[in-house]
Amino acid sequence: MRAGARRYTLVAAAFLFVLLLRALPAAAVTVTPVKSAGGVEAWLVEDHSLPLIAIKFAFGNGAGLDPPGKEGLAYFTTGLLDEGAGDLDSEAYKARLEDLSIRLSFNADVDATSGSMRMLAANADAAFDLLHLALTRPRFDADAIERVRAELVSELQDAAQDPGTIGSRIFWRTAFPGQPYGRRTRGTQATVAKIDAADMRRFVAEHFGRDRLKIGVVGDVTPEKLRELLDRTFGDLPARSAPDIIPETAAVDAGAYFLVKVPVPQSVVIFGERGLKRDDPDWYAALLLNEILGGSGLNSRLSAAVRDKRGLAYSVYSDLYAMRHAGMIVGRVATRNDRVGEAIDVIRAEWQRMGEEGPSEAELAAAKSYSIGSFASGFDSTEKLAALLVSLQVENLGIDYMTRRAELLQSVTIEDVRRVARRVLDAHKLRVVVVGDPPTLLGAHEVPPDGG
Amino acid sequence: MRILGPIVIAGLLVGVVPAEAGQFNAESFTLANGLQVVVVPSHRTPAIAQMVWYKAGAADEAPGKSGIAHFVEHLMFRGSKAMPPGAFSRTIAENGGRDNAFTTEDYTAYYQTVASDRLELVMRLEAERMHDLLITEEQVKTEREVIIEERRTRIDNVPGSLLAEQIDAVLFLNSHYRLPTIGWQHEMRGLGADDARSFYQTWYAPNNAVVVISGDVTVERVRELAEKYYGPVPAKPVPEHPALTEPPKVASTRLEMTSPRAANPYWSRSYLAPTFIEQAGRPADVATVLAELLGGGETSRLYKRLVLDKKLATSVGADYSGERNAGSFSIYAEPREGVDIGALEVAVAAEVAVLLRDGASADEVARVKRRLQEGAIYDRDSLMAPARIIGASLASGRTLAEVEAWPDRIGTVTPEEILKLARDVITDSTAVTAVLLPEKRS
Repeated sequence: MRAGARRYTLVAAAFLFVLLLRALPAAAVTVTPVKSAGGVEAWLVEDHSLPLIAIKFAFGNGAGLDPPGKEGLAYFTTGLLDEGAGDLDSEAYKARLEDLSIRLSFNADVDATSGSMRMLAANADAAFDLLHLALTRPRFDADAIERVRAELVSELQDAAQDPGTIGSRIFWRTAFPGQPYGRRTRGTQATVAKIDAADMRRFVAEHFGRDRLKIGVVGDVTPEKLRELLDRTFGDLPARSAPDIIPETAAVDAGAYFLVKVPVPQSVVIFGERGLKRDDPDWYAALLLNEILGGSGLNSRLSAAVRDKRGLAYSVYSDLYAMRHAGMIVGRVATRNDRVGEAIDVIRAEWQRMGEEGPSEAELAAAKSYSIGSFASGFDSTEKLAALLVSLQVENLGIDYMTRRAELLQSVTIEDVRRVARRVLDAHKLRVVVVGDPPTLLGAHEVPPDGG
Repeated sequence: MRILGPIVIAGLLVGVVPAEAGQFNAESFTLANGLQVVVVPSHRTPAIAQMVWYKAGAADEAPGKSGIAHFVEHLMFRGSKAMPPGAFSRTIAENGGRDNAFTTEDYTAYYQTVASDRLELVMRLEAERMHDLLITEEQVKTEREVIIEERRTRIDNVPGSLLAEQIDAVLFLNSHYRLPTIGWQHEMRGLGADDARSFYQTWYAPNNAVVVISGDVTVERVRELAEKYYGPVPAKPVPEHPALTEPPKVASTRLEMTSPRAANPYWSRSYLAPTFIEQAGRPADVATVLAELLGGGETSRLYKRLVLDKKLATSVGADYSGERNAGSFSIYAEPREGVDIGALEVAVAAEVAVLLRDGASADEVARVKRRLQEGAIYDRDSLMAPARIIGASLASGRTLAEVEAWPDRIGTVTPEEILKLARDVITDSTAVTAVLLPEKRS
């Protein structure tokens, strides 16, 4: 399979501009705000074309609030939420989920703890009751905790051998030293060993409050029915969750170059620097800038230079990371050991050129066209759309965001993007972590991998 | 071949065969040049997915040319007579679309998702590269480095993937499924423009392809555009697929791989199994239910015994994989820390032996079947999944009617069939057992 193989050519540009004159369709989705009698709010997209319902929800705190020394608590706890609740032990709870074809999962990232559930509409009552049990009466049985701990330790051990994960860990730890965004969401073997049922109960009690709960629902359910389900499921949760105490922060504003020697045939490189937060006025310009520099849709500058022109990699990309209290732009490439230095030189040169010159008008037009047009087809399932509804609420973007988004992108000017390029991209401030076995790597500081 | 006018098209519409009500309610027609077109109308979002499936994959490669099918897939994005290198994906992106492709043993598929008013564009672009691909030495030289990097990313850097490659190489004695789809690296290095042209010219033809369009369209509109763009692509003789089937296995094999890059031990046991297409897929359906019952999810027999009761494993599963000329059934497990891999192997075998001795109860089978059938409803909840499921089946040699009837057929699988298939397939005297061990470094 190809990953982001795109090549920019001026040859095609003239032809494409003709196509761009045609209006791109807006997303044909109606979002209804729903509020239950008990005051639980959700955004709903009714869709009765299939007998399915998807719900996604997020509480406002995540692994960023894990107590020092117990990193991994939020993530570990979410692993126990479907391991028995109320009168149902783990086996009985899972049998009930599987017999009713209910697909339930929980997750925790640095800023949020979330859940996702899909069900046949006919099983909605039973599904939401099971979810209610998980959120309010999780059992945290000792044997379930030990089993999930063993899975988590095994996962951490695997990750400690994965070049990409080794690189990411060092990248984030050194970019945010001693801060929540520099810690590991899944903890370490040492911290996971110290977490017990009491920690998990405290986590649920402190963080599963209704005040910053955001809910998105899509599918075969009416607003009336949903109101009832919302009250039954979330109505008796505590009104408040613990305050978010993560301070506004920013990554270390200086370049760094690390090498971790690992015996693999291909080096993995993580690179990046400070980016923008989601509420930055320049967000849309940054989004388009990243699309042109290292996005996956168009043939990005990085992909053209590294992959298409030189055959140095199968995949090279950059992404914006917008956390609640900090923003980053981070990229990744994997390339043969004997040419990793060359690949990094090429990336630095493209990074710097974009920072100094910004993109061309044609590149910006193409990026707008792609970003606007591809939005709707990215939400072609109930599950993906429900997740979007939650992120729109978390980011406070407004219920009419989907109709406004195209205009927000269209109004970005070339000057906006050039300004943001100058503001964000500085090759001298790139933090570069190489994990692999390059014969030489001039200027890189060799460091050991982080402990497991 | 001439392009049919609208009046003729209207007349041909009579020939559209609506499949019986089934999982996807898809409709299908075939153009005069032999191209099969399947339409799955769904009007939830104003978007469509197009998937073009060529019945050509790694199993069709000439000896010594492993990886050429996948290499051609890459070169399909590197220019045709109508499109300069890279312009294909760029045009789709500029129109707000996403595109990609993948290659397997039996077929190669290309796909796009775009707003429904861009259907004509993506059909025109795919029709062009169905017959006018331009393969130059310059493109081959760079792209060959890209696929070798892809191999390093997917296989060489991942101990489990390296072991999986070795398992296939000994499980399959005769068929091309012995070889990795991405290719052995030493053979990939030798792949040239002539090899790519030869593979493309031999296998890429409308009469060896299936187009599936899913989403906000009507059959009439697809028919009209298919006649206009795919209709003129000339049919050509396409050879039979190499009929390399498997002889009976008579010996068991053990593979052991020790790697400094492996964090945790891993155990698997693989068996030859029925093909995906024999007997209209009945054995494949039975094998699917068997795999789910034995190792699907967290209520399966293996999970209950190995993970919950005996606490020997952190994960366990079973999988059936069927191809056009062969199939495989495998069971796998990861031991919990400190558990001897030999003890795990004995425990897995003991649980499997219980099934082989007693079979499964009607109630247990009914629960598993209902879960699989209800899973088929979830398969309709996206643009791509229906196109993927239908295309993969048709490209492997199954019929649309068989795909549509899948949930009903699963419902008729009996405990007796499961027991018989399990006893036929799960024979440790001919199995391939593989162990991945971490190399303890001081």
